[in-house]
Amino acid sequence: MMMTRRRVLALAAGAAALPVLQLLPTSAFASVEETQKMIDDFAGGQELQSGKLTLTAPEIAENGNTVPITVEVESAMEGDDLVQSVMILAEDNPRPEVATFNFTAMSGTAAATTRMRLAKTQNVVALAKMADGTVYMDKKEVKVTIGGCGG
Amino acid sequence: MSNAPRPRVKVPKTASAGEVIAIKTLISHEMESGQRKDKDGNVIPRKIINKFSCAFNDQEVFSCDLDPAISANPYFEFNAKVPESGTFKFTWVDDDGSVYEDEQKIEVS
Repeated sequence: MMMTRRRVLALAAGAAALPVLQLLPTSAFASVEETQKMIDDFAGGQELQSGKLTLTAPEIAENGNTVPITVEVESAMEGDDLVQSVMILAEDNPRPEVATFNFTAMSGTAAATTRMRLAKTQNVVALAKMADGTVYMDKKEVKVTIGGCGG
Repeated sequence: MSNAPRPRVKVPKTASAGEVIAIKTLISHEMESGQRKDKDGNVIPRKIINKFSCAFNDQEVFSCDLDPAISANPYFEFNAKVPESGTFKFTWVDDDGSVYEDEQKIEVS
């Protein structure tokens, strides 16, 4: 094996990257894997469907302290066509969970608005569980100018 | 914030039977996330409202489990179906066990 200059540089870069990778799991920020685990727990083995659920969030949020988000699910809110709960997750916050809305037939429509914190630019995920077990997902990227989780 | 959390709720005064109305709620609360540190580098303990619920004539309409990623002064906007005249009851539960409540009456014509 020839030890070219290019090869030496590549190896050095690899060695430098290794400790960084080892540090990642202990970082204060939730990983995409942790979010995925929460999605799997919520879905309970159901395949994620798209459509019906709409997550509305600003494309750019100047202040990560209060980012308005709205979830809306197309549903008659009767019988089997009823939304039981909607979970909101943020992939790159210190903790991924944001809120879980629980709806009933008395809600009339499955829609809710709240304000959330975002530590940095990231994907916000919404999941809706229907009475018949179907799970819908929607995802939006929100660009954050000033993070909202304090130092 | 030393002030006691103060809820503010907006519910229409009247509705027709079976109408779906919009409800807006806001409560003053710092929602301390437990992630921040004070000047000396000590973590400020978490203190948030972790549960919100709304019931109409003692029947649950909507509820929410809150996590620290909800902004200070938690705001909610949601809908409710009103079959008859009655009272909406709103409840917020704090991490320290305190419960904050508000009630709003609605007339169905």
